[in-house]
Amino acid sequence: MKHIHEAYDICVVGAGHAGCEAALACARLGFNTVLFTISVDSIALMPCNPNIGGSSKGHLVREIDALGGEMGKNIDKTFIQSKMLNKSKGPAVHSLRAQADKLRYSTEMRRTLENTDNLTIRQAEVAEIVTDDDNNIIGVKTLSGAYYECKAAVLCTGTYLNARCLTGEMVVYTGPNGLQAANHLTDSLKAHNVEIFRFKTGTPARIDGRTIDYSKMEPQYGDERVVPFSFTTDPESVQKEQELCYLTYTNEKTHEIIRANLDRSPLYAGVIEGTGPRYCPSIEDKVVRFADKERHQIFIEPEGLDTNEMYVGGMSSSLPEDVQIDMYRTVPGLENAKIVKNAYAIEYDCINPNQLYSSLEFKNIHGLFSGGQFIGSSGYEEAGAQGLIAGINAARKLQGKEPLILKRSDAYIGVLIDDLVTKENHEPYRMMTSRAEYRLLLRQDNADLRLSEIGHEVGLISDERYEYVLNKKKLIADEIERLSTIVIGANKKAQEVLSKYDSTPLNTGTKMIELIRRPELNYDALAPLDPERPDLSDDVREQVNINIKYSGYIDRQFKQVEQFKKLEGKKLPVDFSYDKVYGLRKEAVQKLNNIKPLSIGQASRISGVSPADISVLLVYMEQNRNEFK
Amino acid sequence: MSDSTIAAIATGTNNNGISIIRLSGDESISICDKIFKSVKNKKLTEFKSHTVHYGYIYDDDEKIDEVLVVLMKGPNSYTKEDVVEINCHGGFVVSYKILDLLIKMGARPAEPGEFTKRAFLNGRIDLSEAESVIDVINSQNDFALKNSMKQLSGYLFNIFDSIRKFLIHELAFIESALDDPEHFSTEGYPIKLREELIPHIGKIDKLIKSFNDGIILKEGIDTAIVGKPNAGKSSLLNLFVGYDRAIVTEIAGTTRDVLEEHINFDGLQLNITDTAGIRDTEDTIEKIGVNKSLECIENSNLILYVIDSSVPLDQNDEDIIKAVTDKKVIVLLNKSDLSQVVSEDDIKERLDCNVIPVSAKFNDGMEELKKLIREMFLSGDIKSNDEVFITNARQKDALVMAYDSLKNVIASIDDGMPEDFFSIDMMNAYDKLGLITGESVEDDLMEEIFKSFCVGK
Repeated sequence: MKHIHEAYDICVVGAGHAGCEAALACARLGFNTVLFTISVDSIALMPCNPNIGGSSKGHLVREIDALGGEMGKNIDKTFIQSKMLNKSKGPAVHSLRAQADKLRYSTEMRRTLENTDNLTIRQAEVAEIVTDDDNNIIGVKTLSGAYYECKAAVLCTGTYLNARCLTGEMVVYTGPNGLQAANHLTDSLKAHNVEIFRFKTGTPARIDGRTIDYSKMEPQYGDERVVPFSFTTDPESVQKEQELCYLTYTNEKTHEIIRANLDRSPLYAGVIEGTGPRYCPSIEDKVVRFADKERHQIFIEPEGLDTNEMYVGGMSSSLPEDVQIDMYRTVPGLENAKIVKNAYAIEYDCINPNQLYSSLEFKNIHGLFSGGQFIGSSGYEEAGAQGLIAGINAARKLQGKEPLILKRSDAYIGVLIDDLVTKENHEPYRMMTSRAEYRLLLRQDNADLRLSEIGHEVGLISDERYEYVLNKKKLIADEIERLSTIVIGANKKAQEVLSKYDSTPLNTGTKMIELIRRPELNYDALAPLDPERPDLSDDVREQVNINIKYSGYIDRQFKQVEQFKKLEGKKLPVDFSYDKVYGLRKEAVQKLNNIKPLSIGQASRISGVSPADISVLLVYMEQNRNEFK
Repeated sequence: MSDSTIAAIATGTNNNGISIIRLSGDESISICDKIFKSVKNKKLTEFKSHTVHYGYIYDDDEKIDEVLVVLMKGPNSYTKEDVVEINCHGGFVVSYKILDLLIKMGARPAEPGEFTKRAFLNGRIDLSEAESVIDVINSQNDFALKNSMKQLSGYLFNIFDSIRKFLIHELAFIESALDDPEHFSTEGYPIKLREELIPHIGKIDKLIKSFNDGIILKEGIDTAIVGKPNAGKSSLLNLFVGYDRAIVTEIAGTTRDVLEEHINFDGLQLNITDTAGIRDTEDTIEKIGVNKSLECIENSNLILYVIDSSVPLDQNDEDIIKAVTDKKVIVLLNKSDLSQVVSEDDIKERLDCNVIPVSAKFNDGMEELKKLIREMFLSGDIKSNDEVFITNARQKDALVMAYDSLKNVIASIDDGMPEDFFSIDMMNAYDKLGLITGESVEDDLMEEIFKSFCVGK
């Protein structure tokens, strides 16, 4: 039988949020790339929540953008409401979240892919990976038998591998949204000694908007002044009419129905074998876990401009459909709700990410990279971030360059990948602000300042854009320097301005930067006392304000980073055999041999490696310095 | 490091009734077998672990001593290696003879702290315990030893551990509230946190303050005896030395012409420096003598200023008084048995100090001096209470950093900062306390430890 045989530089498997970023990065870096998807109509599909960003996820999108990825630009083109979250908290946890028009999000991304040079889109199910005798990836085979040669490949299969969806007792063997599952690749991976996990996640019902009584709910507005996700988007272009979301609550009655039917939930009845995310719990989980709570928040969010479907945020479930309808109808405003799509849980195969290096390359299959839900994460943004890094590193491998590995002190992306490849992970991994140790430095507002240099070096950020960032840095530094020389006298005008903000009047001349640090004041508020102030853009003024206002905290966090970098800087060879280190505990030896950490710092984060083990390692390194040069 | 078997006399060089010679390493038992004959005529290798054997040490056919040999096979020993302890009848000569024999049979003399190093490297003890053991080894008097033993028992560990547990619990709450504001409300939380933090900060503060006491216990009080020639410094010094001759050690000072005496003064160690130049050359180079005195004064914690009360104060005294103004000074009004021309009031007019009339001849005033020194240097009565002291500079540094961090948290709360700012400093305090308990690792720390263990080449 004759089969198609084609050759590419890089094969990307899956066109979800990870696959799109990976394919774009590879193609943009000049590599002939083919992107496989089970359905071209489901490119960049958002099968769950209709938004991009949110707490800590907004940071990821900003970082993707600063490195030259697509997600930020795509949501800026297709959002229908936008909001900066956590504004009452510190700048480290401010997070941008935008409601997407799902269909448009998908269409826009498809348009971008289709118009990218070096990029071929192919609808096909990849069934096998092909390697040579030295465990180098040399190609992939589709279900039809077609063979695609490649020098590197990126697997981003999302939730499609051996997927099944559960609604109560009803089980269907499909991927999300009724899409065809991919039932062959797992076997090929197993044959290549890849360890497979089984995870699950879930999504709530979609309800016909015409059957919702919004008058019983609290409307949720977008921000008056919208901030774009992408640093390249003109802020004026995103000021537009926004859609509403709504807030309502569950109640005792809702909880009663859930409790009475827990035995029909596949999760609680033990039908589901996969592990679900603790951080994105189903309503059943919430009712069981927070038994003392009288109510839980429910957000009703539009799925897009061209549909009546409304997403019921906070109420994902795998209860049977008859229970679902009763349950949803107990919620104020949903008394007469009609379900368009049932809530369901989905189970799928993914890999143990400890099998990957921090570059996202498989340790045992050279040239094979991966990212997204396939390596045990959850969320569009997490997937996009990993897809971008996997794509960049596949390209760098072909360029003969060192892989791009972001440190925990560089980016949330660094934290995300380090956690995945280093720590034990038994549930879909979700990014959270609490996971980032140095979050005051890793703010969403300074992602461009942190990462553009790296993006430029990689080749995804243009010279022009990079120069813009350098200039921005200079403007910020110059303004901070100028401000540090200004002293405000205790004159009448100063007292007037201060009294306007209920700030203590001045007794003597006071430094401008001291005034900016007062909790009730800020850089902009003091403009009337600063006639020489240059005209600066919103984002520059924001940086000036944050850097002055929180300088003490920022300095302390920098010190922590220095400490952290010392242990990160102690490099460990990947082929090092830990059996010979006398004094290491057996468990530690086994973990270290398995994870192959790149540094003492990474070794110290491996679950099962104790501080005493690290001390022993450090002593060993000290005694055998030559071996570690 | 497991390649060799080490041996050392474990009981110090004093004339004790029993001396213990300890071996650790793979060949401990076989090496000991070469010089030990059990009365049961069996080899040590044939015995079970944790047993005691009676017999004799032989050098070829010569019987050296009657001994008890304790057998502890790894990993159930202090170093987790095979350990043998030979209890002999003591005496400098016999202990060294046995040690020499062991070395001849293949053991290597242990470096200072090497048993502890092995225990640490083999995961038998954590860092704070290891450091305490080093302190035990280095401790020079009873109080310091007791204090080291207490650290060893994990008393300090428990204090730090409880503070760390508190911090991690609060951190978890703050982080949960950030990630799941729906289910974790921070309303009123800062005030509650502030209230609960204060006692922990107090505990840390107390331990930091104990450092000076701890150092004094461990290393002694650097004391200078000053005074013009003929005031009676030398006779006083002799009196101190004679006061407890049994534990006086005499070490030639590092500075030329300076003699340093270590005196155990009722449990407290005084490191007394007296400038030899003053003693011998009173007529010609008095000026040089005074200069020497000034140097001594600068480097001392305590000044014992000896004044001859039978002759009037002169320019020399005025110079000394000027030099000691900012120091802790005890004036010893000597020759109090003779008729006095200098009174206590004369001195107190010129100097803020304690004055004790003494008589070197009749041993008067010594009890009072002892009591006063204790009062000046130790906060509270050391002997009767259970206070634990921080005696290790690294531990103190870590504590100071933890203290500062928690103070920063209080400042953040008082400034009305959002909760997410608290966690930066709380995490810092948590990590720094972890450095002491060995639950966090920093590179600098390891460097320090390497130094005290003499690891590396």
